[in-house]
Amino acid sequence: MWPTVRLQRLHVYALLFLVAGMWLTVGVSARFPAEETTTLTFGIGRTAPKVALPVGRTLLAVGVYYVVSGLLGLAGRRFVRPATWAMIFGGLLIFPTVLVAAAAGKQTNVLTMLNESLRLGTPIALGAIAGIWCERSGVINIAIEGMMLAGACFGFTTFFFLGERLPANQALFISVLVAVITGGLMALLHGVLSITFRTDQIVSGTVINILAIGVTSFVRREYLLSTRAGRVTLPSIEIPLLSDLPVVGPVLFNNKPIFYSMFLLVIVTHVVLFYTRWGLRTRAVGEHPRAADTVGIDVIRVRYINVFISGLIAGLGGAWFSLETVGGFDDLMTNGKGFIALAAMIFGKWTPLGGLGGAMLFGFSEALGTRFQILGIPLPSQFLQIVPYVVTMVVLAGLVGRAIPPAAIGQPYEKQS
Amino acid sequence: MSAHVPPALEVRGITKRFPGVLANDHVSFTLRQGEIHALLGENGAGKTTLMNIIYGLYRPDEGDIYVRGRRVEIHSPNDAIRLGIGMVHQHFMLVPTLTVTENIVLGHEVTRGPLLDRRHARERIQELSRQYGLLVDPDAYVQDISVGHQQRVEIVKALYRQADILILDEPTSVLTPQEAEDLFAVMRSLTAQGKSIIFITHKLKEVLAVADRISVLRAGRLVGTTTPAETDEATLAAMMVGREVVLRVEKAPAQPGEEVLRVEGLRVLDDRGLPAVNGVSLTVRAGEVLGIAGVQGNGQTELVEALTGLRRPESGRILINGRDVTGRPPRLITEAGTAHVPEDRQRDGMVAAYTVADNLVLNTYYKPPFARGLVRDEAQVAQFGRRLVREFDIRTPSIYAQARTLSGGNQQKMIVAREFSRPISLLIASQPTRGIDVGAIEFIHQHIVRLRDQGVAVLLVSAELDEVMALSDRIAVMYRGELIAEMPAEEATREQLGLLMAGVQREEELVHKMGVTSAHAEGENG
Repeated sequence: MWPTVRLQRLHVYALLFLVAGMWLTVGVSARFPAEETTTLTFGIGRTAPKVALPVGRTLLAVGVYYVVSGLLGLAGRRFVRPATWAMIFGGLLIFPTVLVAAAAGKQTNVLTMLNESLRLGTPIALGAIAGIWCERSGVINIAIEGMMLAGACFGFTTFFFLGERLPANQALFISVLVAVITGGLMALLHGVLSITFRTDQIVSGTVINILAIGVTSFVRREYLLSTRAGRVTLPSIEIPLLSDLPVVGPVLFNNKPIFYSMFLLVIVTHVVLFYTRWGLRTRAVGEHPRAADTVGIDVIRVRYINVFISGLIAGLGGAWFSLETVGGFDDLMTNGKGFIALAAMIFGKWTPLGGLGGAMLFGFSEALGTRFQILGIPLPSQFLQIVPYVVTMVVLAGLVGRAIPPAAIGQPYEKQS
Repeated sequence: MSAHVPPALEVRGITKRFPGVLANDHVSFTLRQGEIHALLGENGAGKTTLMNIIYGLYRPDEGDIYVRGRRVEIHSPNDAIRLGIGMVHQHFMLVPTLTVTENIVLGHEVTRGPLLDRRHARERIQELSRQYGLLVDPDAYVQDISVGHQQRVEIVKALYRQADILILDEPTSVLTPQEAEDLFAVMRSLTAQGKSIIFITHKLKEVLAVADRISVLRAGRLVGTTTPAETDEATLAAMMVGREVVLRVEKAPAQPGEEVLRVEGLRVLDDRGLPAVNGVSLTVRAGEVLGIAGVQGNGQTELVEALTGLRRPESGRILINGRDVTGRPPRLITEAGTAHVPEDRQRDGMVAAYTVADNLVLNTYYKPPFARGLVRDEAQVAQFGRRLVREFDIRTPSIYAQARTLSGGNQQKMIVAREFSRPISLLIASQPTRGIDVGAIEFIHQHIVRLRDQGVAVLLVSAELDEVMALSDRIAVMYRGELIAEMPAEEATREQLGLLMAGVQREEELVHKMGVTSAHAEGENG
């Protein structure tokens, strides 16, 4: 019975693809002169591999692909699976397509672009991972932004005072540690408020965000205003052998420490969450705390530890801003990334790999915006920048299914007496 | 049992006070090694409190617990589990998004290095499953399996923790009669292999069928312990309630009159957008009770919601007294003379934070005499409230007490009072006696029959087969969103209904009869 419902939804998407495909084939591709090409380079320098793509024909091909996958979606129930996959792939195809169209007549470095996406996605991914630790145990964490901001501020403050007394790398390392612990302490405050005193978790999170803004701008005005000099950041680390690999080498293996630790944390979180005792207990506590309680799991303890870990990771995300990227601290320097991280987490359905995917999408979009400014696109760059968001949201919402949060999220746990 | 074997479990003088309530009052009882000991009592008699004390969820104010002859202190479920006590809660303690295996090992995980050892766990579960005849699928997600299956998972979960004292809290309330029989077989196999079971229930038939000994709790006190051979239903009911109870509903033959409710080809979707009611057609005439039997979750909820205007049907027609009310708002349907006793009384039947008096005028407050223009007439509301509290014997300290402070039975009486005290021609009662005590059940049943005799058409939806059989003049069985059979109540047997509820049609005659009813239904559709 229920395939009819799904089929109907698929039909809507199929029509969407059909329309978009026709628009690309008929409307857009013809606007580019036949000889106009976009040169995609893979690396820097003259020796780097290059691919020249004729813009018009590329768009035409993508358009045709859209039309075909749309028709496939309308072809009947035997084609539901292939059509779904075709459309998901079609959704992903929009990213290179936008880039090719935007860079028409010029050349653009794909590797830099990818690297930039991953780099800009790093704090978002860290925030998403932080959110997953917390929310999987049933505690909403909208305070990631505040935890990051506090981490960024106190991490840099530490460096500000240590920088002259210790070798730079040592001072940086200790500063990152301080940032991480700052995040953890902020999270403990969230824990005390929302787990022990059972304050509404949104209210508690908001309190922490406001607190972080106030405290950090106070600290900056009192102690950090004189900082102009230096701008020291964490050093890049080239991973031997791996960094020499073609394509992935320069994209992945010549970066800064927090970038690497983000990937490590994604993998560790995935393994812990789905393959260890702690992860199983965390998920149980987030879904049905009373059931966990009746098998002897200390719900309060599990939540505290998870919230604390969440804060540590958010603090590391904060360090990315002040210590890995900028080498300084500005008011509100996290710039809403903590909230975008929550979006990435939900987008990834509360899974670490999904969260990473979401973060990379946001990172790509940001990188695209910068790229457009460099290429001097006549359109407002914000407009092209939203294209990947819109497409991904539509495709994911419609074809992949909706995100269901942990069932006990937001509910304080009260033991019976 | 020979005298030197210490009892598996013994409690002495257990007392537990909650603010304003004495939940357990010096309760002492003994669970012998290898027996099924039924603990019988009304809701609020203190059964669950006592079990939560034994399982370490509550601390007793007074009294001692002995396990296998040794005095023990149980501070938490962990202590209980260590002592070999396992509990299957009335509301299953399973995490829907985890697999059967994950749920079973939760809290007692086996690991290999830092990782969970799923293979080892699965083997152990399959072993237990074979040993006790408890069929479970280790890799299924709990949210995808049936209630009976979930219950087996709960039992395996306790056994996995090497429990040899099992507490089953109202285990049959969610099962079909056949599933309950299967459960009893499992219980017997468990006791045959040396486990001891405390079986909590308020169903007298089951107690007599399966228990070795029976203890009855009333108002926190242990009234007595007996065996099935020495007692019968009436005696047990009297022990539970403290007075004689009429178990059989006395009713004269129905005198059906005009057709009041007519439903044609109704299709309704559930919250997830999947079809829950799939082409249901039925009629209820004045002065008769149509009972709809069925295991919970077969579309009854959505059917009732559609009939009462709480959920918009996809297609089909609903007529009340010849008037088409399909998809009309609840107030219109109420004013058309429909009373609704909803299955979830706390959610749909009352406003917990309102007073009893306000709840009693919840669907009439805007009309005279309770309102004059925009102003409420408090005196009228209060007077009406006092009258209904008296007439329907609602036990409340005052008409201004918040509805949430009432016991379940009294909340239900309050809802019944509100719905039955209006001039109505149709009563839609969904699980009208779920979770309430024998005394209140008797009272509500009598009122339903009285309404029927006054010429009200009654649609009764209940998962309690006994209730459907006791009250109905005609019985229909709902299975997977369809009415798969309909028959006069006097022709229906428990076995036959039980099979139909499970979606099985065994007897030739039954198949034949169904052919007739579905042809009848099609005729109505066309």
